[in-house]
Amino acid sequence: MHPPEHKLSSGLAIEELPLPDVVVIPVSQHLGAPAKVLVNRGDQVKIGQLIAQSEGFVSTNIHSSVSGKVLKVDQFLDSSGYKKMAVQIQVEGEVWEENIDRTDDLVRNTVLKSEAIRKKILEAGIVGLGGATFPSHVKLMVPKGKTAEYVIINGVECEPYLTADHALMIERTEEVFAGIQVLMKGLGVDKAIVGIENNKPDAIQKMKQIAQGSQMQVQVQGLKVKYPQGGEKQLVQALLKREVPSGGLPIDVGVVVFNVGTALAAYEAVNKNRPLIDRVVTVTGKSLKKPSNFLVRIGTPVSYLVEKAGGLPGDTAKVVNGGPMMGKALSTLDVPVVKGSSGILLISEDEARRKELLPCIRCTKCVTVCPMGLEPYLMMTLSERSLFERMEGEKVMDCIECGSCSYTCPSSRPLLDYIRLGKAQVGKIMRARKAV
Amino acid sequence: MSQIIIYTIITLVAIGSAAAIILYFVAQKFKVYEDPRIDEVEEVLPAANCGGCGFPGCRNFAETLVKTESWEDLFCPVGGNETMAEAAGILGREAIEQAPRVAVVRCNGTPEFRPRVTLYDGAPTCAIAHSLYAGEGGCPHGCLGCGDCVVVCNFDAIHMDPITELPVVIDDKCTACGACVDACPRHIIELRKKNKKDRKIYVSCINEEKGGPAKKNCSVACIGCSKCFKVCPYEAITMENNKAFIDSDKCKLCRKCVVECPTDAILEIHFPPRKEKTEPAEAEVSE
Repeated sequence: MHPPEHKLSSGLAIEELPLPDVVVIPVSQHLGAPAKVLVNRGDQVKIGQLIAQSEGFVSTNIHSSVSGKVLKVDQFLDSSGYKKMAVQIQVEGEVWEENIDRTDDLVRNTVLKSEAIRKKILEAGIVGLGGATFPSHVKLMVPKGKTAEYVIINGVECEPYLTADHALMIERTEEVFAGIQVLMKGLGVDKAIVGIENNKPDAIQKMKQIAQGSQMQVQVQGLKVKYPQGGEKQLVQALLKREVPSGGLPIDVGVVVFNVGTALAAYEAVNKNRPLIDRVVTVTGKSLKKPSNFLVRIGTPVSYLVEKAGGLPGDTAKVVNGGPMMGKALSTLDVPVVKGSSGILLISEDEARRKELLPCIRCTKCVTVCPMGLEPYLMMTLSERSLFERMEGEKVMDCIECGSCSYTCPSSRPLLDYIRLGKAQVGKIMRARKAV
Repeated sequence: MSQIIIYTIITLVAIGSAAAIILYFVAQKFKVYEDPRIDEVEEVLPAANCGGCGFPGCRNFAETLVKTESWEDLFCPVGGNETMAEAAGILGREAIEQAPRVAVVRCNGTPEFRPRVTLYDGAPTCAIAHSLYAGEGGCPHGCLGCGDCVVVCNFDAIHMDPITELPVVIDDKCTACGACVDACPRHIIELRKKNKKDRKIYVSCINEEKGGPAKKNCSVACIGCSKCFKVCPYEAITMENNKAFIDSDKCKLCRKCVVECPTDAILEIHFPPRKEKTEPAEAEVSE
């Protein structure tokens, strides 16, 4: 599928935002169990200090992104639309944890062994920065009986509007490469491929240049532009012609996929001792004065980002956290930027509204575009009728929620909404079965 | 000519009798005995097949009634005590009486009390809206107004009020089958004891937030102040998760709690207007 790209902030330099007055850092910014809060109201915290500890295997640490005083540990509204546990910190000065290397020196070689790398990555709270926020240390753990052969670095950024990864690849190429090396070492593999779509020729060129200069076996591969190539299963297929089995993970075909941003974060964590406290966020929209790529501290309110990008345009009807295809509308701008926020997209009134819902005309466009080979129209009907067991049989859990079906539907049917509902219900059924 | 007819008749009679004999023995061999009482019991059930009893249909329920020793958890909410007594009569046993119930919507978040701050134009079902965010009014526990409960009602007993944007239950039509209770993703609807003249007293809010945040979104939210809990002479009110709950089985409809509530979250329905007595109670509230 080829939705219009609208990469308004493409080629713009990453701009580091000044610190806001107050940040709100949710303790659940990753997939899996929320972290356990370690600080109390009134505590003084430093930048990079651990404020919430990983609980369980699929979970990760949360660090303070600013220095200052803890105002509250309470429920705060986040991008999920509900109130979740978070730590609110009043910013006071800039005091960093001592062991963080804040110099710009490039540390190319990693002395650590894979076990130590994994530990560092967990300690630094690294998660998949492409948006799924899956804890990275779990990905570095190869299950028994499987071997990793390739590391794939995802620089596809197929979501329209978003340019955060693009900016990183151009500006921090060397560091991204050092990060790739860290990840390769962490997994014990010697081959890596970077996949970048052809709409970013400057990034491809720059990455290729550095790849040739290094001794590592890193191949940079340009890819035909299409959506949703940034999905890891689609990327593995595009680069290696290997198909991840239904219900499986890329590791089943010997591949582990990381985002460009994750590679950079891994570099900073392992070689510079710097936990994940900031990320690049694209703030964009057709009527926005100054679309930008901001380097933002985790916990900064979205309203602050919008203000720095020229203020909220008068015709804004919807603010989407993420890209237009997979992102989710926010109910208020007073929510914090979290590890998974890749972009903030402002949509004007005439584009925001959904079109009138019409009956399915059986054109099977949704079936044609589904990258996982599912039948979205059928899923929606099953979900509407609460036939969740049948949905499981139709492999609803393979859906990557790319939104291609809803986008292409000529009857404007909310296919993905119903599929998500079905997925949630099927997930419940499966967990209940497991528990028995 | 007549010969052909005679032969035909003889052949057909022979085939027919042979088949009849075979079928007779087969029927003997594979005979399934079915209690005739099942049919009789099914006859008296409402035949709504709504699933309110917890079984897939009336036939299933009839079977269970005939076969089960204890009727502890068996009840047809649609037919009520009358139907259960009839069924018990057929089976020569005693029915367990249950108080009739009615579905009650425990949210009063009308646009007036709970201003809409966002606009939802996604898939028009509460289940999906619930999975996306707190709702147009911002209350994470309140009614989303998409009408999932209306869709599942088999008895046409619920409709959406276009002004309040809340579901309305018609007490006379409601059979307490519980379909709406299961359909509501926020568990707002509850089956409560049916009182004389359809009188009801209930806390029309299930918000579990603390007082401040709850009140911010909705002016008639229960803020968990415990005033009603203290005044109740029958221990019918319990406080849990920052909200009050009135047990309809214990409540004696004295209406003392209603005047205590500082946010008017407790509703009294179908009562005659009050006499002047309430004055001192209101003075207390304003203190």
